[in-house]
Amino acid sequence: MTLQAVLLVAAALFSVGLYGALSQQVVVMVMMGLELMINAVILAAGGFWWFLAPAADGQVLLLVVIAAMTVEMAMGFAVATLLHRHGAGDMTDMAADLSR
Amino acid sequence: MLEAIVFWTLGAVAVAAGAAVFKVDSMARATYALAVSFVAVGLALLLVDLHYVGLVTVLMMVMEMAIMAVYMVMFMGMNPALMPMSMVHGRRTALVVSVGTFLLLAAGALLVPWPSRRDAPPVDVTAALGEALMGSKMLVMITVSPVMLATIVAGIVLAAPRTRYDRFGDDLRGHPADDPQPGGVGRR
Repeated sequence: MTLQAVLLVAAALFSVGLYGALSQQVVVMVMMGLELMINAVILAAGGFWWFLAPAADGQVLLLVVIAAMTVEMAMGFAVATLLHRHGAGDMTDMAADLSR
Repeated sequence: MLEAIVFWTLGAVAVAAGAAVFKVDSMARATYALAVSFVAVGLALLLVDLHYVGLVTVLMMVMEMAIMAVYMVMFMGMNPALMPMSMVHGRRTALVVSVGTFLLLAAGALLVPWPSRRDAPPVDVTAALGEALMGSKMLVMITVSPVMLATIVAGIVLAAPRTRYDRFGDDLRGHPADDPQPGGVGRR
């Protein structure tokens, strides 16, 4: 188990998440893609921490990433609820009001 | 050696489950696949002694996926486990971009001459994290807390069906309240 191995797995997770975030139409599925990307960041940050500088306080960065993921999830659900309520469905293509 | 085997297994499970999220034909299965992916990453973090962070990742993601399941039952208006779905746009572009990203990141991971480890890990990793949060890195927690509070408020504002602005108008002066079902006992 090396840093390269951890980073390779993280890169694969990140790419899969990026594919999902770019290709999916349902808002919740786009969120799942973003979550996978953050998942990869958590894994890579853990690998960097352990293999490069396992100082006592380096883990704080990981907690910040996890907090960012929580915020993303909560706001995503709120926006999806809002879209449903306005009858716009849950597809990203239908929520293009601001682009006009 | 054993550690490497466990890590590669967990990594393969994490990536395979992540790919399954966008492959399976129902949202319920996608949710479970995502949960499996997160659990695998959380367990991989345990391998590098990140006990607290790994455990928090596992616990949080299991709860989050439970919320997601409730959300789907609420809004999808169908049996989410049975409804096939393929809602994809720009599939070819997304594939090209993500494969390119993977090649770029993998090349970076393999080609960059990473420095060797600087200092030894603390004896009790979790206690060290607690002391950092309550000591030198307290500003991080002080910053994250209002962000979390703002998230709660913004989430409620976005998701609430009717707020006081719907009832009393934009300047909050429209008495009596404009309710679909007027309450009270007939007084104006």
